Amino acid sequence: MRGSHVVGEAAIRAGCRYYFGYPITPQNELPEYMATQFAAMPDATFVQAESELASINMVIGASMAGGRVMTSSSSPGISLKQEGISYLAAMELPGVIVNMMRGGPGLGNIAPSQSDYFQATRGGGHGDYRTLVLGPASGQELADLTRRAFELADEYLTPVMLLGDGMMGQMMEPVEFPEPIDPKSLPRKPWILDGARGRKSRLIRSLLLDPRIEEEHNWKLYRKYEAITDREQRSESYLTEDAQLVVVAYGTAARIAKGAVNRLRGNGLKVGLFRPISLWPFPFQALKSLSQWVRGFVVFEMSTGQMVEDVRLSLEGKRPTHFYGRPGGIVPSPQEVAHVLSGHYFRLDGKPGS
Amino acid sequence: MKKVFERPKSLKPAVFHYCPGCGHSIIHRLVAEVIDELGIQERCIGVPPAGCAVLAYNYFDVDMGEAPHGRATAVATGIKRVLPDRVVFTYQGDGDIAAIGTAETVHAANRGERITAIFVNNAVYGMTGGQMAPTTITGQATTTSPGGRVPLRDGYPVDLSQMLQTAAGAAYIERCAVTNPKNINHAKKAIRKAFQVQLDDLGFSMVEILSPCPTNWKMSSVDASKWVDEEMTKFFPLKVIRDVT
Repeated sequence: MRGSHVVGEAAIRAGCRYYFGYPITPQNELPEYMATQFAAMPDATFVQAESELASINMVIGASMAGGRVMTSSSSPGISLKQEGISYLAAMELPGVIVNMMRGGPGLGNIAPSQSDYFQATRGGGHGDYRTLVLGPASGQELADLTRRAFELADEYLTPVMLLGDGMMGQMMEPVEFPEPIDPKSLPRKPWILDGARGRKSRLIRSLLLDPRIEEEHNWKLYRKYEAITDREQRSESYLTEDAQLVVVAYGTAARIAKGAVNRLRGNGLKVGLFRPISLWPFPFQALKSLSQWVRGFVVFEMSTGQMVEDVRLSLEGKRPTHFYGRPGGIVPSPQEVAHVLSGHYFRLDGKPGS
Repeated sequence: MKKVFERPKSLKPAVFHYCPGCGHSIIHRLVAEVIDELGIQERCIGVPPAGCAVLAYNYFDVDMGEAPHGRATAVATGIKRVLPDRVVFTYQGDGDIAAIGTAETVHAANRGERITAIFVNNAVYGMTGGQMAPTTITGQATTTSPGGRVPLRDGYPVDLSQMLQTAAGAAYIERCAVTNPKNINHAKKAIRKAFQVQLDDLGFSMVEILSPCPTNWKMSSVDASKWVDEEMTKFFPLKVIRDVT
């Protein structure tokens, strides 16, 4: 199944019944899938909005009203959605946002890229907030992490972003889906706006004019982000137990890096792969523990270097950390990455691989 | 003794923060009275705007969900699509609905969203301190058009209601004013009709209400109401703009 369709099907099976979006390449197969599937589902609503701004604000409204809701876009469109993402975070509203990244900045191109890492993991919109960000690397993970994104959004009352790229959206792979959830079976949300019948009226807002209340609200959000950081770090370590050099990569880049690692292992080089699955919170604990024996790290991204900063923060300067990147939508081959890795491998201090 | 006048149930017992002579207090009351009369308080969801009336949620005793500046009709769309049997209204100023939120408004109307927009037009940005609005009339002085609005430089006043006259999804659009008892009574009837249009599932409805802003216009309350009647209505005549009910 095509990656974009996997996300759509997984969302529907997660109980998502509301999709609001605006077309942008390379993720149009996702809204098209939602429109097609929702057409046959009387309890579901698809709206093609007039803009990314409108669509993310429809997400805000649907979330206020208690719906499991999703929107999707690609890089320039996500920039437009950032206003709404900041409001979702401020008002503590759940919502799932899919970003199938393309080359940027500006209009860029429609080729797969990873240049929105900063925007995704640092907040992107204004104010003191974080967005939970998941970086799938396979068709199966697109399915699993889409389900997980809805669960996390509801659990922590926060926007969750699924960060893929154009290649992942087009990739065809076999996938096993979890059992569908009937949205009616989901726990009732005690905070939603559905009319004050038999109860006091409710208010969902982000305007907190009193600086003391705004500060208190920001500390409350901060404590939530701390709890997420403690509990939700996810990563995969591949052939790292005896590795001298580890490549750190996520998403499509991690697939390529895995190919490179396999090649080098075939030549007897002790290299491994560390793949962050949660990009925020960054899995710094698992990465840091590798530095006990791994002697060098190479960060490979389809950008000029963004996640490399999180890697360096995790390693606290304990090990040399190099960067290799291809920005602008170029997808390098495993051979190319293997060449870079082997170069670093043979430059490690002392004799490696002994 | 028979009680002949009381606070509408749908208004909280809070003191309005609005300036003396501002139309918001009157319009709040009218909307609340209509909600009471239609018996929809318990299934009403309001979407307050940015600007002076963002604090509307301190006054309306119905569920309220705040929207980012200009996006109220999009937020209301999301709410209504999840809960089609609830009554959803936005409450927006001219800077909100006719400048930053023009696209959202035009398209919500054109889609025929079953929501009701209360559009308060005071020809100026109020909360930010009296800057030029899209609805500032030609020649009107504001802090960002100190010598008066000059169309060659500043463009012409935007008549949003007239623009929406062609929106196929809009069932009812009327422009009123809250400058005297007769106009106020008429405005209430229009608001009531706009909500009824939503209850009858006919399409998008909007009431534009010309409203005095004595503070930013630097006028007395009486002069401000007079200015609405005599000057503003030249650009924004009071009338039914679209009614396909």
